[in-house]
Amino acid sequence: MASLTGLLGSRRNGAGRPVHWTDIAAYAYLALGVVMMFAPVLWLVVSSFKTQSALLEFPPSFLPFAQAEVTVPGQPQPLPLFRATLPDGTVKELAQLRRIGLVAVMIDPADPSQQVRIAIDKREPVRRVALSTSNYTEPLRQLAFTTYLRNSVFVTVVATLITLLINSMAAYALAVYEFRGKAAASLAVIGTLMIPITIILVPVYLVVTKLGLVNSLWAVILPGAATPTGVFLLRQYMLTLPKDLIEAARMDKASEWQIYWRIVMPLTLPALAVLAIFSIMWRWNEFLWPLAVLTKTEVFTLQIGLNAFQGDLQTQWHYLLAMTVVTLIPVTLVFVFLQRFIATGIGSTGMK
Amino acid sequence: MADLKLTAARKSFGTIDVLHGIDLDVKDGEFVVFVGPSGCGKSTLLRMIAGLETLTSGEIFIDGARVTNLPASDRGLAMVFQSYALYPHMSVAKNMAFALENMGLKRAEIDARVTRAATMLRLTDYLDRKPKQLSGGQRQRVAIGRAIVRDPKIFLFDEPLSNLDAELRVATRKELAALHAEIGGTMIYVTHDQVEAMTLADRIVVLRAGRIEQIGRPLDLYNKPANLFVAGFIGSPRMNLLPATVLSAEGGSLRLRIGAAELVVPRAAAAAAPGAAVTVGIRPEHIAVVPEHGTLDVTVDLVEHLGGETFIYAAAKDLPQITLRCDGQTPSSRGEAISIRFSPDHLHLFDATGAAIARP
Amino acid sequence: MTQASSAAAPAATLRARLSELAAWPVRAALGLFDPPMQGLQRLIGAGRMPYVFLAPNFVFFGLFVFLPIAINVVFSVTGGTALFPSERPYVGTEQYAYLFDCGSYLDPRSCREDHFWRGVGNTARFVVFQVTAMVVFSLVTALVLNMKIRARGFFRAVYFFPVLLSPVVVALIWKWILQRDGLLNAAITTLGGQKILFFVDPTWAMFWAVFVSVWAHMGFYTLILLAGLQAIPTDLYEAAEMDRTPRWRVLLRITLPLLWPNLIVVIVLSLIRGVQTFDEVFVLTGGGPGTATLMIVQYIYETAFANQVQNFGLAAAASVVLGLVLFVLTLVQLAVARRKEA
Repeated sequence: MASLTGLLGSRRNGAGRPVHWTDIAAYAYLALGVVMMFAPVLWLVVSSFKTQSALLEFPPSFLPFAQAEVTVPGQPQPLPLFRATLPDGTVKELAQLRRIGLVAVMIDPADPSQQVRIAIDKREPVRRVALSTSNYTEPLRQLAFTTYLRNSVFVTVVATLITLLINSMAAYALAVYEFRGKAAASLAVIGTLMIPITIILVPVYLVVTKLGLVNSLWAVILPGAATPTGVFLLRQYMLTLPKDLIEAARMDKASEWQIYWRIVMPLTLPALAVLAIFSIMWRWNEFLWPLAVLTKTEVFTLQIGLNAFQGDLQTQWHYLLAMTVVTLIPVTLVFVFLQRFIATGIGSTGMK
Repeated sequence: MADLKLTAARKSFGTIDVLHGIDLDVKDGEFVVFVGPSGCGKSTLLRMIAGLETLTSGEIFIDGARVTNLPASDRGLAMVFQSYALYPHMSVAKNMAFALENMGLKRAEIDARVTRAATMLRLTDYLDRKPKQLSGGQRQRVAIGRAIVRDPKIFLFDEPLSNLDAELRVATRKELAALHAEIGGTMIYVTHDQVEAMTLADRIVVLRAGRIEQIGRPLDLYNKPANLFVAGFIGSPRMNLLPATVLSAEGGSLRLRIGAAELVVPRAAAAAAPGAAVTVGIRPEHIAVVPEHGTLDVTVDLVEHLGGETFIYAAAKDLPQITLRCDGQTPSSRGEAISIRFSPDHLHLFDATGAAIARP
Repeated sequence: MTQASSAAAPAATLRARLSELAAWPVRAALGLFDPPMQGLQRLIGAGRMPYVFLAPNFVFFGLFVFLPIAINVVFSVTGGTALFPSERPYVGTEQYAYLFDCGSYLDPRSCREDHFWRGVGNTARFVVFQVTAMVVFSLVTALVLNMKIRARGFFRAVYFFPVLLSPVVVALIWKWILQRDGLLNAAITTLGGQKILFFVDPTWAMFWAVFVSVWAHMGFYTLILLAGLQAIPTDLYEAAEMDRTPRWRVLLRITLPLLWPNLIVVIVLSLIRGVQTFDEVFVLTGGGPGTATLMIVQYIYETAFANQVQNFGLAAAASVVLGLVLFVLTLVQLAVARRKEA
């Protein structure tokens, strides 16, 4: 008999108690969760390796298949391989030389001298797992996706650097100093939290136009560089640093800037790392604002480029899926290696 | 009210053995105290009795019924937690009524029990307050009240006084003793403080490293400790434990070399052989300062004047520091050379393994 | 020194000298700001330095947040098609009147600006379903994760993964699954059913908008609730066990009441985000079919940027309305946060 405190919110382990039905239900729920969260992404990745024609199949196969080809001596090009039912009923794997109407001319790869005529409905393609990597290379080569990629990287890196710099400066001022207007400044930062981009689309567009930045990447980088969450996160961390360090540095005749740059900043590295991760994620994934302010394809970021590409009448899904996978790789890498940071980062900001 | 019986109770966490074969019999209405240093397994033992931990092997019986595999909620016991574990979002009254509601009692009965417990514990004025509005002592009483209203078979207390300040601890100790006298339930109480054990218990169970060192009435443990550990643990200040060597047996007594002197222990001739290493135990209150010809000549290291009594800490050649207790106010001073005498009727002897081999 | 180490010594010093050489530009770069900042400090005094530190951030705030809020109001009370306020004629509350000109507020078709009211209605319906589903699923998941589960960190990460994906990626992943010939329809037809055109049916479109949104954001709220659950001391549960509390009662009378502050945070947060929903829904359904999943933010975006005629004034007016709603919600959030700390 189990002493049950499980599902209802307890974490106590009655060590050695027998398995309760809620344990099984819990693991089942979690297994379902794994499937629900990963399967769609897995399906995306697997589909991205299929050829365009394979994508049109219904019902779709799981793995990417392509028709096998075989090189036959005496033939310059590799020939597609089929499983053909011969008139005498035997089934053989034959290579197709050419197709004339409803009849295929086929040869046995082992004995190429013999040509056999088979009706096209008496043969089916031999399929092997094959990755259509051209789905990835083509858009990067022919279409503008390399440009989009470059733009996204540029925006993400530059924006993160700027954010780290100016947010940490502001956090430093709010954490370390007492000055007139400090309370007002803190209030202003909180106030900014209440003003998301969605309600100031038009006037920010005006400001950006006035600054002559429309359709430049700076239009995307600059407006979001000063983040209230970043300032709070860093300020919170800086408040835990020992004040005597700063006093001692002042006694050593260090300028305020030097104290900030050479002492406080290196010590704030953990919080800076968390903010950097957040910033990279926000910037890489940003959509609404770039959509509004970037109208020329050469400045599209990856997200905008993807969206524009899928709006086309004849959506080239094989390219779209591949580029979608490319878009989610950086964030997935961050996830795999740094998810602990993200979780603690959210905990420490206390979901402001 | 019920009796409790443990047979060969063992507990391991993975490969670590916490309790080794505990056998225990608690009689109906007894106040038993588990006492021992940190990590001795007393809390684990209590939790096993409560049902919050399972036994690795062994059995537990309450009132003759086997409860080893019963979950905590079905054992009919009540526990007062060290942290009190009061439901922070419920008022005092609701905290106390919660268990009764679970048992399906009628509203009138619940109210009656809560009121009675509140009166007993002087909580009537606080029934509507939430725990965070109460002081530590009040919270503790609510925790006790929560246990009382359940009218359990056995009360379990897990170091209930450890979170209180010294003065409150003394007052609450007296209240607990009075409570036991009034309700008369079987109570099992865990503490690391031997003073609480001595003052509250009908019987004390001394535990160390998962084993029972000795069970007995407080004064029995005080006067006749079964081993070195119990001797040093019970009694404050600590019993003096001095290494000695057996010289010879003469006429029913044992002659020992202790430090630079010799000591004769009466009625102990058969306890040990000559040449054996033994430990002599003598409590501070059984050592007297004598003008001359005492057992030992010592030099005073430190004197503590408490007014009603004086403690003298003295150094003797080849011996650890000796503690003496004198009544009233003694005019000894630091560095003074004095002569002390061990009362021959209060000498304890322990062999090399720590077991008591001769007692007063 | 032996032969080997005497040969190693010059190599080591060479390496040291090289790294010193490499460090020089780094150190120089690091120290780049020192002289000018020191000069500045001498000029204005150390006491004024905090303002220098605050300056860049606040210039950005001012330019891109505070100024725009003010200009927004200006836009909303001016008409015309120009972008610059100086070129726009003052029209008073005309834009607002236009926006609110309705026969009945509950029937968008009776409104002059029916798209706005469709947006309001859709967003309201979306938010109700999305917040409810979000809270329910996050709560259940958090409760499950709070049990003594092996590899809890792994499972927690699993649920958190979609939170990191960009909205475009999320929408495309599901768009691909929900295609007429996509995975879901394949499963349906294999089980003997008929293909469903999810994006042609307004109810299905809204359902999937809610579903995808919950799928993408659930992990975040689960994390918040899990933190709240783990803050509940275990001896409360032990006390409840000693009090013979049945399982459902522990959940109802102990866990949930103590989790309530976190639940409120989750509800308010998801409300605030839900009202602003745009990215995933826009990419997934484009607001369609027709205007069945058109949300308020999409209305603002289209009115200002995507339509044939860019109507900045109307978009600004709608933004102000949305801003007021968000303002109220954020006040609620701050009040809740303050009460939690009490």
